Amino acid sequence: MNTLEKKATNTAKIIQTESLVVRFSGDSGDGMQLTGMQFTDTAAMLGNDLSTFPDYPSEVRAPIGTIAGVSGFQVHIGSREIFTPGDQYDVLVAMNAAALKVDLPRLKKGGIIIANLAGFDGKNLRLAAYPENVNPLDDGSLDNFIVYSIDVTRHTKDALSGTGLGMKDIERSKNMFVLGLLFFIFDKPLNHTIKFIEEKFAKKPEIATANIRALNAGWNFGDNTEIFTTRFSISAAKLPTGEYRNITGNHATAIGLIAAAEKSGLPLFIGSYPITPATDILQELSKYKSNGIKSFQAEDEIASICSAIGAAYTGDLAVTTTSGPGMSLKTEALGLATMLELPLVVVNVQRGGPSTGLPTKTEQSDLLQAMFGRHGEAPLPVLAASSPSDCFNTVYEACRIAVEHMTPVIFLSDGYIANGSEPWRFPQQDELSSIHAHFINTVNGDNGNLLPYKRDEKLVRPWIKPGTKGLEHRIGGLEKQNETGNVSYDAGNHETMVKLRAEKIQKIAEYIPLVKPDSGNATGNLAVLAWGSTYGSIKTAVRELINEGYDIAHIHLHHINPFPMNLGELLHGYDKILIPEMNSGQLLQLIRAKYLLPAIGFSKVQGQPFTTAEMKEKIIEELKK
Amino acid sequence: MTTSIIEIEEPSKLSSKDFASNQEVKWCPGCGDYSILKQVQSVFPDLGVPKENIVFISGIGCSSRFTYYMDTYGMHSIHGRAAAIASGVKAANPDLSVWVISGDGDSFSIGGNHFIHSMRKNFNLNYLVFNNQIYSLTKGQYSPTSEKGKVTKTSPYGSIEEPFNPSELALGAKASFVARTLDRDPKHMQAVLKRANEHKGTSFVEVYQNCPVFNDATFFAFSDKETKKEEAILLEQGKPLIFGNDNEKGIKFEGLTPVIVNLNESSISTNDLWIHDEKDKTKANILARFFDTTFNGEHFPRPFGVFYTEDRLTYDEGMTEQIKEVTARKGKMPLNKILSGDKTWHIA
Repeated sequence: MNTLEKKATNTAKIIQTESLVVRFSGDSGDGMQLTGMQFTDTAAMLGNDLSTFPDYPSEVRAPIGTIAGVSGFQVHIGSREIFTPGDQYDVLVAMNAAALKVDLPRLKKGGIIIANLAGFDGKNLRLAAYPENVNPLDDGSLDNFIVYSIDVTRHTKDALSGTGLGMKDIERSKNMFVLGLLFFIFDKPLNHTIKFIEEKFAKKPEIATANIRALNAGWNFGDNTEIFTTRFSISAAKLPTGEYRNITGNHATAIGLIAAAEKSGLPLFIGSYPITPATDILQELSKYKSNGIKSFQAEDEIASICSAIGAAYTGDLAVTTTSGPGMSLKTEALGLATMLELPLVVVNVQRGGPSTGLPTKTEQSDLLQAMFGRHGEAPLPVLAASSPSDCFNTVYEACRIAVEHMTPVIFLSDGYIANGSEPWRFPQQDELSSIHAHFINTVNGDNGNLLPYKRDEKLVRPWIKPGTKGLEHRIGGLEKQNETGNVSYDAGNHETMVKLRAEKIQKIAEYIPLVKPDSGNATGNLAVLAWGSTYGSIKTAVRELINEGYDIAHIHLHHINPFPMNLGELLHGYDKILIPEMNSGQLLQLIRAKYLLPAIGFSKVQGQPFTTAEMKEKIIEELKK
Repeated sequence: MTTSIIEIEEPSKLSSKDFASNQEVKWCPGCGDYSILKQVQSVFPDLGVPKENIVFISGIGCSSRFTYYMDTYGMHSIHGRAAAIASGVKAANPDLSVWVISGDGDSFSIGGNHFIHSMRKNFNLNYLVFNNQIYSLTKGQYSPTSEKGKVTKTSPYGSIEEPFNPSELALGAKASFVARTLDRDPKHMQAVLKRANEHKGTSFVEVYQNCPVFNDATFFAFSDKETKKEEAILLEQGKPLIFGNDNEKGIKFEGLTPVIVNLNESSISTNDLWIHDEKDKTKANILARFFDTTFNGEHFPRPFGVFYTEDRLTYDEGMTEQIKEVTARKGKMPLNKILSGDKTWHIA
């Protein structure tokens, strides 16, 4: 059978749908992330717009079958533009009872449940803490949903009988059976996944064969049994013309750094220590040795930023990546980098805090830390990415600012966009703006004197690489004499230097784009002002409300320090400013303090992103006041 | 005969003055750091390293002001982190001659983690610790190398902690070069500094340094004429371990236990003595314990010189070679290929 031209014999009717949300949910060991990604890749290849949200526990393998061990992957696919992984899902794949228990609350009324029967045996029901003798699959509690209870384990076993594989490997293939079934229900071909399996298991052909058989068996099961009376088809989205790929935020961050290094002509050094959810960036960059990238897994968070400072001093584009707890450890060194006025990019993929907090859940609670979390007055540029693919643009911009303005820069991402993915119309290298490093090779002062802290019109000092003949000089954390950089305890000089360092950062505003509304007009009844990963749900909510006739706008900040020069003026054009954040109101404080505006905060601190529905509800509520 | 004035690029040999910066040296009068600075400046013209390729990275403490006084490249960084910063410098440019300057508090307390990993990672750099067994810049608190029972401002009734033995710590952390020298023995220090510079890998040098203000005379027993021959033993490669006022004492092994023998006894010859071998880690480990360990109740003299050297791959070499090897095998991936990834689709 040629799997590439699989055609259903089934007579189930196919419904054209604009968008659908599918949630894959199972035990950490059930392979739900992989299954979800394969489903996503196929949808992407077929031209659907989409957004994904992996939602997994921090335990690598929590006890099998428990609530704590549930790992979810949510994907929203559409024939229209998609900006979020979706508030609620249309289809829930529940590999066991715990998965159903955890994820049922956000399944739409009338939604589809595909349940793996073996995951609902006595033991699994007990582990999921259902009451004695209660099985949700047959007690009528799911009457408002369409439930397909399928013995996935048995069907997979049947499909793989004769392959000689042990039970363990057969068990491992059951996610492919489910994926095949979903491809049937969503009228999608198997070829992309088959190719993926063949490549992934190139060295274990028997495993590849088994997985492909399971995948086909899933599809055939849907086709042969007549239990599926409805199938769904989502045609390609009308996206701008071009070449696309799917990308997660962490991956986009990694290649944004590579691109910035290449375009600036600087070698890339990354000094990092593994920490969830930032580790992927170090892992990804470690693959690119053949591009000369020096990835350095340091002994701790402090060493990681310090090694990066050493590399920056020596003339590399230096980066350190981390998340909240690591960020706290790096702050003393950030002060040093500020004093030294060296370029450095610090990536903070935020997670729920404080302390170990919610390592795998998302939050935007490190903004004020990024702004002020250093001793002394040590202002730094702060940038934040708004979506998975935007991580590329924003980290690239962070590198540009660091190098061209000789300063450490904090780039904020978060767990939601770091792990989430979306299609990305990737740029060609020639479309990327250039980044100019300013090294000097000769003395820059009168009488043959070197002035390491002599500033140009941007108030930027020169970058001097050790190894440059005749420019030997010392820098350090002690306060510097203006221009010479020598140690100075002079009272007036200190104030001058504090002001100069602050002014230098403020001046960056002259070299960044002005802000304009992402949706809506430059005046109106209400503007939703936001930053970071809330972008998708706000954009969706504001667009829908504008279509309903509301006079509102969405302004999204990528540059948070300094703010774009016209931000104050723009905000004054609206009657109300609403600032939704996944924290208790941090941008809110900054905006109120800087522009003396009575902005209204909208907080959600649950380790989960805003839904479009709650965003719309809040906007309407504020407009009614 | 015609004469022409030719400007020769190559400068005449540098002198120690060429390594002195224009900054006023501000250590206390009598501080051992002056001697270390002088020996470093004296030795550097002989190292054959162009001045612009020398980088000093220091942490915080009296020792770490050192950087400001050398007319080379340098960074006076933050407490305990010099080794971590130096690793980035070396990774970015392995051709630089990097010298970490640190103190006992800087390296063994706040920077302890970076110290041990620096030894293990083995970047090709030199790591000098000025050990004065006291916190001086903060004006006299016990340090991680202060002897147990030390009375200081934060231990008015005596400290209750065991001190680190830095050479033992370094060996335990897989240092590839371990040496000890003394501020009051300039010649010895110069020789050790040269050896450190020659060694490929992290060269750890502990320098006993007198703090005349907060911990005066701590190491004088190892340099005063009256006591040094009994209390100190100079290590020389291939030579037997001999010390004592009349060089009458030797050290030999009984099994793995060192014993002190009297060379005047007819039954003992120098052939029986422990011959110093820098490549022998077992011996180095025992030598390092000539510190606060007594063997069979006997007190041993403190060794000075190179305890241990080992040739092994440096981190910077490994990093450079790996990049070279992977590049040769896979080739540089064009940026456009990195941007597109493997799976793309076209939307018309």
